[in-house]
Amino acid sequence: MKKDLLKGAEHGIPIALGYLSVSFGFGIMAVRAGITPAQATAISLTNLTSAGQAAGIDVIASAGTLIEMALVQLTINLRYALMSLSLSQKLDKSKFTLLKRLIASYGITDEIFAVCSAQTQPLTPSYMYGMIAIAVLGWVGGTVLGAVAGTVLPESVTNAMGIVLYGMFIAIFIPPVRKHKSVLFTVAAAAGLSILFRYVFTGVSFGFAIIICAVIASAAAALLFPVDEAAEKEAAE
Amino acid sequence: MSTAVYIAVMAGVTYLIRMLPFTFFRREIKSGFLRSFLYYIPYAVLAAMTIPAIFYSTGSIITAAAGTAVALILAWFDLPLIAVALAAAAAAFVTGSFL
Repeated sequence: MKKDLLKGAEHGIPIALGYLSVSFGFGIMAVRAGITPAQATAISLTNLTSAGQAAGIDVIASAGTLIEMALVQLTINLRYALMSLSLSQKLDKSKFTLLKRLIASYGITDEIFAVCSAQTQPLTPSYMYGMIAIAVLGWVGGTVLGAVAGTVLPESVTNAMGIVLYGMFIAIFIPPVRKHKSVLFTVAAAAGLSILFRYVFTGVSFGFAIIICAVIASAAAALLFPVDEAAEKEAAE
Repeated sequence: MSTAVYIAVMAGVTYLIRMLPFTFFRREIKSGFLRSFLYYIPYAVLAAMTIPAIFYSTGSIITAAAGTAVALILAWFDLPLIAVALAAAAAAFVTGSFL
């Protein structure tokens, strides 16, 4: 159990480093929008999500309604429901009691989901707690630093740090792309659709665009390249 | 309206989205199509989030492209996540210092 906690924490380090740079930017942005450092910290601690928090700041700054706030969060963050559903299939059921599920679900972010779904072993609560604790530390720590001392780092450094999380995503999906034609197809389809949403169907919000791209690309891949259980295990290794 | 109320609504909605499927979906999915679908979902989500957003992540398409190229090469050779991520940032930084 302790071993799982440490393993999770270790796997959480690159996530935390990436978060540090992104949430640093969030902290700067929040203070510029008239939110106090303490409130910005509370938002990061309770939400643990980048796009949703940035949009939330906009709603607060423009004195929007609570319904608007709820709808904005629902749209941008609905992708987490898909990730939670996917992770629910990987859990070590004997260890994941109701209470532990209630706790661990707090920490399902894009990056934690990505690293957890790349594991070959069933997920234990300790493993997820370790990863979430380190990631939250990075996310909240970066927010505090950004909110309190946003102008310390030169812009050349903060700009370059903007790519860190994307670099991590690439490191996750490229190795299986190299090995499996089916994953190559999935990634190419999702990326192609995402480009369409960025430049052609620009009326669709970021959160919905991600959901539509992922559902279409994965459904097409599932039809063209059905996965049997043996292949699933092999692919995960 | 008090900022605390906004924060509570944000946090509540975001938590429920994550918690409901994770906590209450207990069955093992038997359908071959659905299992395949969920197997491909992580790759599709990550690809859609990365492309084309990565090219706008550093404030300059040129430095972002350099970082992306470095990340793709290192990931192709299976380097650890943190190495790929930091090398991408380093490449963007170095390229930026020449612009």
